[in-house]
Amino acid sequence: MTNATNQENPKNQLSASVVAAEKQASRTRAFLLAPGVLTILLIGILPLSIVLTYSFMVPGDYGGVKAEFSIDAYVQLVFEEDIFDETMSFTSSYLQIFGRSLALAIFATVASLLVGFPTAYFIATRTPETRAAWLFMITIPFWTNLLIRTYAMLLILRDEGAINLGLMKLGLIEKAIPMLYTNFAVGLGLIYAFLPFMILPIYASLEKLDLRLVEAGFDLYANRFKVLKRIIIPIAKPGIAAGCILVFIPSLGAFITPELLGGGKSLMIGNLIYILFGSSRNWPFGSAIALILMALVLVSLLIYVRRSGEKGASTHG
Amino acid sequence: MSAKTHKAAIDVRNTSKIYGKSRDDGVIALDHVSLLIRDNEFFTLLGPSGCGKTTLLRLIAGFEQPTQGEILLFDHHLEGLPPYKRPVNTVFQHYALFPHMTVTDNIAFGLEMLGKPEAEIKTTVKEVLALVQMEHLANRKTSEISGGQQQRVALARALAPRPKVLLLDEPLSALDFKLRKEMQLELKRLQLDTGITFVFVTHDQEEALTMSDRVAVMNAGKILQVGSPKDIYDHPARRFVADFIGDINILGAEILSSDQGVARIRLASGFQTNASLPEQSEALSGSVSIGVRPEQLEFIDDKASAALDCTIRRITYFGSGSHYELETSAGESITLRQQNRLGNNRSFDVGDQVNIALNEGSLQVLSD
Repeated sequence: MTNATNQENPKNQLSASVVAAEKQASRTRAFLLAPGVLTILLIGILPLSIVLTYSFMVPGDYGGVKAEFSIDAYVQLVFEEDIFDETMSFTSSYLQIFGRSLALAIFATVASLLVGFPTAYFIATRTPETRAAWLFMITIPFWTNLLIRTYAMLLILRDEGAINLGLMKLGLIEKAIPMLYTNFAVGLGLIYAFLPFMILPIYASLEKLDLRLVEAGFDLYANRFKVLKRIIIPIAKPGIAAGCILVFIPSLGAFITPELLGGGKSLMIGNLIYILFGSSRNWPFGSAIALILMALVLVSLLIYVRRSGEKGASTHG
Repeated sequence: MSAKTHKAAIDVRNTSKIYGKSRDDGVIALDHVSLLIRDNEFFTLLGPSGCGKTTLLRLIAGFEQPTQGEILLFDHHLEGLPPYKRPVNTVFQHYALFPHMTVTDNIAFGLEMLGKPEAEIKTTVKEVLALVQMEHLANRKTSEISGGQQQRVALARALAPRPKVLLLDEPLSALDFKLRKEMQLELKRLQLDTGITFVFVTHDQEEALTMSDRVAVMNAGKILQVGSPKDIYDHPARRFVADFIGDINILGAEILSSDQGVARIRLASGFQTNASLPEQSEALSGSVSIGVRPEQLEFIDDKASAALDCTIRRITYFGSGSHYELETSAGESITLRQQNRLGNNRSFDVGDQVNIALNEGSLQVLSD
């Protein structure tokens, strides 16, 4: 902004060449920034704008959209039109899917945290040479396609699967416990799919933990539990937050896991969007659901950030 | 020393610590150490790195268990007690302040863990903050204060629960020279004000001499000598102690006779004089090493009463004084330190022949 004033100052003889040099510099800067800006525009903002636009249109007859403005997509979420007299009545079926998705995602996140934290702590406290081996084992499942891993879960969970057969062989149960196509199966599948995303960031923050702080805690009369609660967990908090976000978000929008392990009964948002864009040929409604899902994630994150912020503040009180 | 009998704060009995799996191929960090630290004293464990001083401190704190032997704290056995059940606190080498807490929270932590009522915690925190002159930074995060201030907070945190013994693991080593000087005085003052027994670990001999009531000099897992700073400096019992603390000249000599802690000796120059024998001298006789501090040597004019004839090899001027590096007629190199006082000193040059007298009470027979 100071350039502008320089430019208008006739006494400044150098101003012309300075301005030229700055113009050149700003062109170079624009050129260097271009790839980043283009990527954000093309991959981030453009698709999102398309989804937003579609959600305010009317579904086409064979999929796609017709360019007419409508808010039907958003109305459909909570109201259904009676086929005969066109009156609108409240429906909770879509909300139930949202509710189930939210509940399953929270369940998967909490369970992953409970399993992942001790695992990460275990790895972080090994000797540096063995840590790599443990981390390697955590990441091995990533090499296998999620679809195949989910089919494996299916084989384990079904009535004739390993768990049921094992329990029956042991005589603990007489009839197979139906586990497949339940919320439980979906939850388990989500934990299995996303657990490494919990372990790795927590490990990263625990690895940096100075063990002398733990000793200082012991020295100041804190027992093992208090040291964990007052020192280790607060210091690992950024890792815990990152892990929770990394598990929660993909869980909420998961598609393969509920599709295979939930059957038709345990639909999640991901499956709903798939149906709307596929067999239902209702692209606007699908777009609206996708946007609402994003809003849901955003709100969850805001709540999380606000809550952890308050907690952080209250310890100083 | 003092005839008063003191209560023992810490009684280390025949304690060894071996790191590693078996006795044979483990690393011996502490080798059959026995030590009595008195109540209310400023006690320093002094030695080079790896001498076992920090291991001994960690055994007292409870971070390590002894391989052998026992440690008593005010006549109570510490064996099997975890660190959080021992009424001792530690000031760590790199402070180990909790980074996610404020200064106040750090200091209050120990008191909270002890279950003190909130009002008491508040007043105690205020008191110790005043003690270390940190009231103005009470609500800062520990990452927002300087190294010297972190040092004070670490001290305050360890003092707040009123430990029976305060353990300090080279707490001043990370500070710059001026701050270190300041904190030395500060620590001494705190020890006197609080009356708490301080066990201070350092490799800095000057620190040990300035602050301590008593010093234990350690090397290779063993305690070589325990005594007041003056004892240790003036009468080092062993060659390592003499070398480690201050500068010393080692001269070869022969014991002619000995009687009640004093030996008649003959130096290589043929000069005969008296030297103190170390307390537990294992029947020293024949050829021995004699230690004498550079400041106990003196230039004299009278050749007849001189102990040594020397040639000046090098002169180092350092402001308040000068070092003279000398070679004796027997070929031994020694140093002489002299205060520079205007108009009072004869001036010397390299190559000059000089006569040196030894301050008689300052000669010490050293065992290996």
